[in-house]
Amino acid sequence: MPPQRTRETALRHRLAELRGPDVPAKALDARALAALAANPGCRRRAILDGAGVNKTALASALGAPAAFGQSQFALTRGNAFEARVKSDGGAELLRLVHERLDRAAEPPSHAQVPDLTAIGPEGRTARTALALREATTAEGWTLLDHPMLALDVAGSPAFLEPDAVVVHPDGSWTVVEIKSFPMLDGSADPAKVGAAARQSAVYVLALEEVAARLEPAPRVRHHVLLVCPKDFSNLATASAVDIRKQRAVTARQLARLTRLQDIADTLPEDTCFAPELPPEKLTAAVEAVPATYAPECLSACELAFHCRERSRTADAVTALGRSVRAELGGLTTVEDVLAAARGEAGDPDDPAVAALRRAAELRAEALGSRQGATCH
Amino acid sequence: MSLIATLARLEAVSTGRAQPAATVRHRRLSERPLVFVPLTTAGEAGAPLGALVGTDRDAPRLLVVPQPRDRDLRFVFLAELADVVLPYVDAYAESVEAAERTEADPETGKRIKVEVDLCTDAPQLIVPSRAGVEFVRLLGRSMRFRRTAEQDPETPYPAPPRLPLLGRWLTHFGERARVPGSSLLLAMTDVLARHWSTGQSTLEDQHLGALLSWIDPPEGALGADAALRAELHRDAQGQLVCPPAGPATDPAFDNSLLAPAIERYDRARTALAAAEDGLQADDRLGILTAAERELSTLVESRTRPTWDAVWRGLDLLRALPEGSHVEERWTRDRWSFTAHRDRVLAGEPPQPRRDDAVTAANKLAAREREQARLDAQESLDDPLVMAGRRLAGEAFAGEVTDVVMAYSEGKRPSPRPLVTVRTDDRPHLGERARVYRALGGKPQAAEFVGQEDEGVLVLRIVDKMGRGKEPEPGSVPEKGDRLCFTLFEHEQRGGAKLPDPEDTPWTHGGPPGEATVPDPDPVTQEDVL
Repeated sequence: MPPQRTRETALRHRLAELRGPDVPAKALDARALAALAANPGCRRRAILDGAGVNKTALASALGAPAAFGQSQFALTRGNAFEARVKSDGGAELLRLVHERLDRAAEPPSHAQVPDLTAIGPEGRTARTALALREATTAEGWTLLDHPMLALDVAGSPAFLEPDAVVVHPDGSWTVVEIKSFPMLDGSADPAKVGAAARQSAVYVLALEEVAARLEPAPRVRHHVLLVCPKDFSNLATASAVDIRKQRAVTARQLARLTRLQDIADTLPEDTCFAPELPPEKLTAAVEAVPATYAPECLSACELAFHCRERSRTADAVTALGRSVRAELGGLTTVEDVLAAARGEAGDPDDPAVAALRRAAELRAEALGSRQGATCH
Repeated sequence: MSLIATLARLEAVSTGRAQPAATVRHRRLSERPLVFVPLTTAGEAGAPLGALVGTDRDAPRLLVVPQPRDRDLRFVFLAELADVVLPYVDAYAESVEAAERTEADPETGKRIKVEVDLCTDAPQLIVPSRAGVEFVRLLGRSMRFRRTAEQDPETPYPAPPRLPLLGRWLTHFGERARVPGSSLLLAMTDVLARHWSTGQSTLEDQHLGALLSWIDPPEGALGADAALRAELHRDAQGQLVCPPAGPATDPAFDNSLLAPAIERYDRARTALAAAEDGLQADDRLGILTAAERELSTLVESRTRPTWDAVWRGLDLLRALPEGSHVEERWTRDRWSFTAHRDRVLAGEPPQPRRDDAVTAANKLAAREREQARLDAQESLDDPLVMAGRRLAGEAFAGEVTDVVMAYSEGKRPSPRPLVTVRTDDRPHLGERARVYRALGGKPQAAEFVGQEDEGVLVLRIVDKMGRGKEPEPGSVPEKGDRLCFTLFEHEQRGGAKLPDPEDTPWTHGGPPGEATVPDPDPVTQEDVL
């Protein structure tokens, strides 16, 4: 066996051990990847996601359950809308792709919708790659409904399932993302569009890996199609979203992710994140990997409440936001900052300390003597 | 965040209680605000689930949509909402006073003064959070293009009579909320966060329950613990003890309580429709009523805690004295309210889906101007805000140590006294930079002459001293006075005038053309999925 293969097998074993015996791996989806890429310095998130640990269960076991969940109303509506958009062989969806992205091509009247069913994620990935290769030379429209793509994340494969991929007559590929939030008068909630764009960027990166293996390599379009309900109706409308920036950022962040192997090597031999372990043991295991907590984690990571608790216990100023730390120089704990502001500690020649003292004086003056220096 | 605000947050962490971020109240609070606590259905756009609304904290009106995907039931809800909101708005539209406004004379184009009506007071809508403000906009957008049977007998699914009007008003409230410093529509979390710094991040401050826990923690509890409880604590049934302030509901509530209740309601409704005789129908109507009542109880249980929290927030804010420029900004809100009232009365069409280029540019310019005005006025009203500007080098306070009388050169010499101020602040003053101080509510300008020594500045007063050779009494600072000068102007000037809409250049889409009545949104037979 070549050494590369042995190393990969060893890592897979190690990750399985971390996850715990008999605990199935939780697949990394594009949403999780996009969130991971938003905080690339967090080793805790990298190893837990890489090992396929169910963070929701882990957070509950730690006594700091995540506040995420999906309402069945949203789920029903999302599925119903997607089914509606894809009904009739994807006619409506292909019409939107033609209209928004590729007007010069012939209208999509006879599109191919290849069957992509196969056993297991590896099988589906291979089936998708095959279908993509055939469609690229077919010189017609092809709709791939829920294809499966693989992306290497920090040394272990993640399987991704975009809503759809369309192959154009010129052989280029487009990612289609179907969302159930409305596009009102042609514009949608920027936060939600941003999340969809980051998610699509991950798919584009995965597709580019597939494309690179073909000869000649087909073009993966850097405009994705975002399909949403129009205004307050259930009719579909779409918009081309330029994801070049998100793609570049995600690619860079994914490359920056510390290799899982390196993180795994720093952990004690018997570390395990299985949710059925006693809380104190779990806490110790989680503590063994450093985290980079910031308030933004609260909307992206299941473990955020646990990390926030730790961050607060450690008196870290970043618990108040990343920007806070920027203006405090080398002072990283709340008590250090307050002591410096009161003049009990810190070097008065340090500009950050001097600014703090001045700020504290001005604040005390304004609060203490309201009749002091006023402008009236 | 300025360093002073950061310091306040750190103190809050250390003391376990929110710290003041203002010494006065910077927003108007009406004596009779209309509080609106809406809930929406997850996944649907503009499908309200229910709301608590009213002006009486002890008797809110509960409105519920038992099946949010049913268009008729949504119309019933919106019609009931119109019955609460529109009479409230109308009450303010009726009482007017005479006021003057400068307008361009249509014939000569000169600026002349015209006498117009100005509403003596304006309505005020208060929602729990920023998402609530967006929801008000969304409701407005969903209703203002609807057609009633009276407007268009052919229209499919006609809306109840007053719905389009409610849509126009909610749109106006939503639009006005984007103007900095306005108080027509306020989000409680924003107003509270403006006046107190908590020991958590600004992101976490958007949770009304957590925010109030920091500002006014329960007896003997620390802010952080109370906030955590508000964020996460669940009862035995797995429901949040402090439900989210909405309009989005907690998924656990949707899945384990709301969905089964809606299903029971649907079943009861189908059964009633299939009833074969009067007796059976009576029985089944009873079941339907019970199912409806159950849904009402559920909606009330999720909105009532938020409703009480909003009023608690109002109590806390009312305890602060109002800033002295708040009244002036409120007058602008009254102008805005009056102008929209006039547009409605004149029978103008609803606000368009997209603004034309000139309107959009005007709105943007107005918001920029109001932001600068708000920044200046808040600093003048509040020494704590001014402290932040002083730290940033945009203002300085100090004691007058010397006054030397001097005069301008020219045929008629005017007083130009030189004032020496000693300050500990470090203002960023350029050569001949202009600085301003408030004198009887008006800004008096001075010019920076030079720095004598570290922290000793010489200024030349240049205006507001009367027309004579001798300055009017009280208009020149005296030795020993403590003064505060700002580097920013106190009053905002309007920018360059934009062309009339008819003269929009082609680069900006050209003239908008005839004003047309916008088409209603297309509706499909089943507009739910």
